[in-house]
Amino acid sequence: MTRIDAKFAALAEKGQKAFVSYIMGGDPDMATSLEVMKGLPAAGVDIIELGVPFTDPMADGPTIQLAGQRALESGMTLQKTLDMAAEFRKDDDTTPIVLMGYYNPIYNRGVEKFLVDAKAAGVDGLIVVDLPPEEDDELCIPAQKAGLNFIRLATPTTDDKRLPKVLQNTSGFVYYVSVTGVTGATEAQAANVGPEVARIKAATDIPVIVGFGVNTPEKAEAIASVADGTVVGSAIVSKIAAGEPVSDVLAFVKTLADGAHRG
Amino acid sequence: MANDLFNSFMNGPDEKGRFGDFGGRFVSETLMPLILDLEAEYEKAKTDDSFWAEMQYLWTHYVGRPSPLYFAESLTERLGGAKIYLKRDELNHTGAHKINNVLGQILLARRMGKKRIIAETGAGQHGVATATVCAKFGLKCIVYMGAHDVQRQAPNVFRMRLLGAEVIPVSSGRGTLKDAMNDALRDWVTNVSDTFYCIGTAAGPHPYPAMVRDFQSIIGKEAKEQMQEAEGRLPDTIIAAIGGGSNAIGLFHPFLDDDSVRIIGVEAGGKGVNDDMEHCASLTGGRPGVLHGNRTFLLQDDDGQILDGYSISAGLDYPGIGPEHSWLHEIGRAEYVAITDKEALDAFQLCCETEGIIPALEPCHALAHVAKIAPDLPKDHIICMNMCGRGDKDIYTVAKYLGFDMSDTEGRAAD
Ligand SMILES: Cc1ncc(COP(=O)(O)O)c(C=O)c1O
Repeated sequence: MTRIDAKFAALAEKGQKAFVSYIMGGDPDMATSLEVMKGLPAAGVDIIELGVPFTDPMADGPTIQLAGQRALESGMTLQKTLDMAAEFRKDDDTTPIVLMGYYNPIYNRGVEKFLVDAKAAGVDGLIVVDLPPEEDDELCIPAQKAGLNFIRLATPTTDDKRLPKVLQNTSGFVYYVSVTGVTGATEAQAANVGPEVARIKAATDIPVIVGFGVNTPEKAEAIASVADGTVVGSAIVSKIAAGEPVSDVLAFVKTLADGAHRG
Repeated sequence: MANDLFNSFMNGPDEKGRFGDFGGRFVSETLMPLILDLEAEYEKAKTDDSFWAEMQYLWTHYVGRPSPLYFAESLTERLGGAKIYLKRDELNHTGAHKINNVLGQILLARRMGKKRIIAETGAGQHGVATATVCAKFGLKCIVYMGAHDVQRQAPNVFRMRLLGAEVIPVSSGRGTLKDAMNDALRDWVTNVSDTFYCIGTAAGPHPYPAMVRDFQSIIGKEAKEQMQEAEGRLPDTIIAAIGGGSNAIGLFHPFLDDDSVRIIGVEAGGKGVNDDMEHCASLTGGRPGVLHGNRTFLLQDDDGQILDGYSISAGLDYPGIGPEHSWLHEIGRAEYVAITDKEALDAFQLCCETEGIIPALEPCHALAHVAKIAPDLPKDHIICMNMCGRGDKDIYTVAKYLGFDMSDTEGRAAD
């Protein structure tokens, strides 16, 4: 049982939906983003997605593209993102950390070495946007063997025929991408999302979390109510981009978490 | 070398889209079903005679194929060694090899019922070719182009707009081809149902590298036949410039199993292949990584972040290379060298002077390598170089380099 599995078991007991937040590691610098990260659990975040910056984030909209640029400019690397996770783990041994990013920095480091280091840093799961099931041998299978969850994205283009393939080696949770598009673009609509989540849940027992296009407490509540939880990324990153003090960022996160938990 | 089916260099990629360890399908889940659809549609078209009949008709009557194989006599004399032939793909409609591939992809898009075509472009040649074919077939065309390239290839931007395309300048990154490709992929992931992504080079996720190669292979097939007619034999050396590698693989592929033929790909050496990475020589100065849907040689830093690279030639200004070239490099079937901006510009002038051909800066890189090796080769050594584009689009860049003020209507050279 990973920290992710334990978290969902605990939430199920409370009858509560999960609130997942995304921040870019090292945005705008490592110290600030570590401060935000450390405050997330108290703000009601159940699972932390920690972005690993990459120069060419093909699936991200401008908000997260710019966050990645700020992080890289401040000297952020994959190693420093792992350092951030390890630093966080010193005071928090229960909140799951999921690294989210693109394959090249991991491939460049060497998959075996990366998995050992990620595990040692207290990372629990991976979301790697450019690794579909067709490339499972690259990282997904080795990650599962190393005891890390490999969380797959399911999308509106994942039809019934393809769904089993997407779910096959997924663990921890399924991340349903509510819209076709990049992060931070269009708004998710609970009316469209509900049936899609039901379709996925009919095919798997693992929790289904919905992200992309969730940006307000009301939206978080509406989406969480039709799924096992929801993810907010760009809306939080925008606050960091605007240079808001960490306390204000965390206060905003709390409103989102409260929304999701009402769902 | 291997001429039998089981031991050929021409059978790739495998069913996972791999050439050895290179290639693959490194895309987000949203795009994966689209790529599988495309692959299925292409597999059907490939064995459909009516598809190729339509291609052949358009190649002949719209593009002007076959392009001549021209014995460059003056250039040969000037260099004083090997006999140099130019495959004249710069004479194609729209001025480069790009249209060979665009026609194939647009015919596929029509078969798939897609009405909105997106493309990325560097030099603007692929964008112009795509805008052209879209105009002909009444399809909506959107071209992503790096903001830096919009500036240095202004004539092509105007041509695309005349042809009815929407040109979207991309200002992320350094504003070159890599960034244009990122934004094209972002568009595709957003507009999944009606959009066809027409990739301009032999890179990207499977099936693009194989499909683009197949469409561009008309270059090598023609060259082989034409050389047979002209000289009664195979060339000894074939040479082409490499951005993503489509004109090069188009020339090379039909010759891969002809073991007497030396194959040389020429990358953009920019200001020199050094630690500052002010070049675009992915094979000479990069290492394997994953970008834009495929594993291939890339310019990257210690953290796996992609470097921008640099070249005077917008069409070669890309930090990656098609996966089949990475494989040919690794197994040693082809050699890859780098040519600097300065060497390419010298070749530009040499070509104008000796042959009365104003070449694009991209093939000037190949020509510069020809100029390097030809003098030391025997007179019966035959070189075939792909003259894959004409230079109209580059005259502003070259004028600037030569210190010629194009805004001076009196036509005087600036000091
Ligand atoms: C004339 C010309 N040659 C070469 C290239 C490079 O592309 P590739 O390597 O795919 O042939 C371009 C790209 O824009 C071009 O316009």
